[in-house]
Formats: sequence, C-alpha cells, structure tokens
Amino acid sequence: MMIFDELINKQVKAMAPSGIRKFFDIASSKEGVISLGVGEPDFITPYHIREAAMHAIKNGKTFYTANLGLLELRQEICNYYLRRFDLNYSPTDECMVTVGGSEAIDIVLRALLNEGDEVILPTPSYVAYAPIVEMAKGKVIELTMKEESGFKLKREELQKAITDKTKAIVINFPSNPTGGIMEYDDYLELVDLIKENNILVISDEIYAELTYDKKHVSIANIPELKENTIIINGFSKAYSMTGYRIGYILAEKQLIRMFNKIHQYTIMCACTSSQFAAIAAAKNGDKDIEEMYTSFKQRRNYIVKELNRIGLKTHLPEGAFYVFPSIKSTNMTSNEFCEALLDKENLALVPGSAFGKDGEGYVRISYAYSLDEIKQAIERLERFLKSL
Amino acid sequence: MLKEMLSLLEKNARIEVTDLAALLNTDEKTINDQIKECEEKNVIAGYHTIINWDNANTEIVKAMIAVSATPERDTGYDHIAEIIASYPEVDSLYLVSGKTEFILIINGSTMREIADFVAHRLAPIEGVNNTETMFILKEYKIMGAILNKENGRPERLLMTL
Repeated sequence: MMIFDELINKQVKAMAPSGIRKFFDIASSKEGVISLGVGEPDFITPYHIREAAMHAIKNGKTFYTANLGLLELRQEICNYYLRRFDLNYSPTDECMVTVGGSEAIDIVLRALLNEGDEVILPTPSYVAYAPIVEMAKGKVIELTMKEESGFKLKREELQKAITDKTKAIVINFPSNPTGGIMEYDDYLELVDLIKENNILVISDEIYAELTYDKKHVSIANIPELKENTIIINGFSKAYSMTGYRIGYILAEKQLIRMFNKIHQYTIMCACTSSQFAAIAAAKNGDKDIEEMYTSFKQRRNYIVKELNRIGLKTHLPEGAFYVFPSIKSTNMTSNEFCEALLDKENLALVPGSAFGKDGEGYVRISYAYSLDEIKQAIERLERFLKSL
Repeated sequence: MLKEMLSLLEKNARIEVTDLAALLNTDEKTINDQIKECEEKNVIAGYHTIINWDNANTEIVKAMIAVSATPERDTGYDHIAEIIASYPEVDSLYLVSGKTEFILIINGSTMREIADFVAHRLAPIEGVNNTETMFILKEYKIMGAILNKENGRPERLLMTL
C-alpha cells in the first residue's frame, strides 16, 4: 500500500478546505433544506446565448481556438468594456479569454509572484484569493474593510498594509460577500499610494453589472492607474452563464503575454462552444443584463426590508447579490449561528468566517432566489431568531 | 418605478401589494395609489389568469381569423374594429400590416360555434371582404407562459462560493 501522505505537496496538504464544505455536506444530506447559500444567478441562460453554443456544436466548431481566445470574442469583450465602462483595451494584445474568472485569478497571481512577495487582500473577501496567493508562494497581508465604512477599501488601512515587499493588491468590487462597492472618489484617495509603491491592482469585477443605481467604476477608470490595473471579469454573473466557464483578463500587453505563457501550457484555450456563446452574449446581451439587474435590485430591496423587520439589522448593499448582516447581537460565532440554523430550521446560509477572519460575526445571504424561496427562508430565519 | 411595477403585475397579477412595495422600495399606499390611477386611466386594462384548458379537462376551441377589410372614409378601420371587438367571443383583435387588415383570436366551445360566428356575424359586417379561419391545434405558450413544461427547473448546487 502506498503512503500518499508523504507524496503530497506540503502546501496543498496544509491548505484548509473551503469554509462552506462542511455545511454543504450537512445540507446535502438533509431533506427539505432551503438554501440562500448559492453564489450564482438563478436565471437560466438567455436562449439566444444557449442557441449560439448549440449552433457552434452542430456546425462542428469544436476545435481548439487561439490561446488568447477567439479574436471575435476578444473584439466583443473590448467593445463591451468600452461601451459600458468607458475603458479602451486592444483585442489583439490586451485581452485574453480564460476558463472563468477563476483561472484568471490563478494565472495572474502565478505570473506575478516570487517567493515571499506580499499581496494585500482586503477582507472579508472571496474565498479563492488567499489560497491561490499561497500556492503561488506569495504572502497574504489581510486588510480589514469595516462595516461602518460600507466595506470599502480605505486609504489609512491600505497605507498600513504596504511594505517594501508589496507586489499587488486584489480587490473585488462589487464585493462577494459584502455587496460593497467603490466609487471614483474612493479610488482617487488611493492613487499616490499605488503609484509611489509601484503596486499592481488585480481588480476582480465579476459583479460589475450588478451595481445598483450607479454606474460601475473600475479602478482603471482613473487614468494614472490604468497601467497598474489587471481587470478580471467574465460572463458568469452578468449573463447567468456560470457553467460555461468563460472569463477574461484586460491588462497591459507585456502582462498579457506572460499570463498567456501559463495559460497555453495548462489550459490551451477556453471551451470553444462556450466562447461562441459568449460572443452572442457580449454582442446582443445588453437587454438580458438590464432584465436581470432589475430583478436583482427588486429582490435586494425586498430582502433588506424583511431582514430589518425580523430584527437582523441590514444596510442596503450597493452591489452583487448578497447581503452580509451582522449576527453579533446573538453572541454566537457565525459558524455556530449557521450550524444551529441549519439544524433547527433547515435553512442554509454561509458563515461570514468562510470569507476570512474579518467575516466573523456576519453571515452571507444570497438573494439569487425566487421571491417564494426568499419568503420561506425569511419565515424560518424569523422563527430561529425568536427562539434564541 | 411605474414601469417596474407594471412589469411585475404583468408577470403576476396576483402579486401582493406588500410585496410590490418591498420590491420597489416604497410603501403600500404609494403602490395602491398607483394601481388605482393606472386602472382609472386604463393603463391597467384588466387582470387575467392564464389557463391551460387542456389540463382542466375542458374542451375549448380557439381560432385565429385573418380578416381583410375596406376602410371607411371618415373612420378608417376603427369603426369596423369596434363592431368586431364588441362580440364577446372575440378574445383579442389587432390591426396588422401585411396581406390582411385584422387578426382576431376567438374562443368557442365547438368548431360549429366558431363557424357560425364567421358566417353569421363576422363576414356580413359591412366593409369585411374576406376571412381566413385558422383553428388552433395546440397551444405551446400563452402570454409568456410555456404550457406543459416537461422538465422542472435545472438544479443548482445547494451552496457555492
């Protein structure tokens, strides 16, 4: 019998499994569970987009594409970013198509980091950044974003986190899990710090289209910072295309060339039929975005009102499809809270601690559910809170 | 906000006023006032239920009828349309571009009833030149609702990051 333990990479062995794994296993084993724990939209991909994927397959368009992705798709992505966010990138050398935003996060960090390089990570944050930084031999420097300041990245905090080893900062606005956003003036405060310290900004903008009542601002919209910024985005959240796995990177061409080196050896190219679907989405999907946006905004209004009514004080988040209320008044840890809630009421939420230690005392509630499901969940949550 | 409210009502005429208020981040009084105003101004022209009669074990016969007509000097097509629309059997009536002037949708309990309507009511109307009746054989989608869905919603994982 082989002893695999000795054969596994130490870093991988030490890697903690994601904080929701345990809940997922319990929730999956129970009957009648309602979950507000999903991180993907609830719309079925618009038909014209699905049709484009089927058309590609029917017509045998199933070969590898260029490593960077189909040129037509890169053109549409660049048109889209210009049209919707006023940012100009060249489809030939400043844009590459990846397997979801996830691959983009991985190859960007691997291409940038040397052993011991520091990466600043404002938290609570999406769960994948820290393990990927560590796998790339980098060091995560957490920076706290506070509820009082709308979970924004503040200059004072950034200043404290910067050292001479700082290589990059990973930001994600609108944010999973907090729903927080950054506006132009918020970014303006950070310009000199980023410039003087020669820091790269990895800006994960996957929830850009879900910025409520305001236009999404990228940190790259600040002219001096465009060259410092590596934009990661994708089709999953804007068009409800999670299973297609199409993401992309927009950045300076010297950087794209380096990212593409890793991409060509590990991935070759993103799924071809999905790339054709993405062309249809970027070309003709603006109307789909509007419809989903309106529906998410309505559900956000609804859930925030209901959470406040049942006594869970919640701010109106300005982006994404999550609310991140504090449960500190219950004197429970977020893990205890979620475990008890699942046990007593069959309702699954994600404990805030899954998003870093700064998420402790909060829970992430997704409202990417039908109104009926949200109503039932609120009923259960209300009963649970009353029983405490 | 008005457009959003109307879209929500169009999708679900039975949606509660409290839910509308919460979804649109306003209060119930505002919603009630707006609905009332829309009803008065005939912006909201009615509330209907989409019924899949096949599943209700009730035979009904529907037909779509294309009608060619000659416009009248003073009223154009409006007078003829008014006459056709006044028959309760006529469910919907449209003036359209193309080969014919009107398309109407009619409900009846038997084919005979619809044939009688065409022969005795519709064709004799002054200005109506020609009719072409297309009986509806099967309904797939009515007002945005797909009937006889075989598959439920595809499932998502219970929890994802």
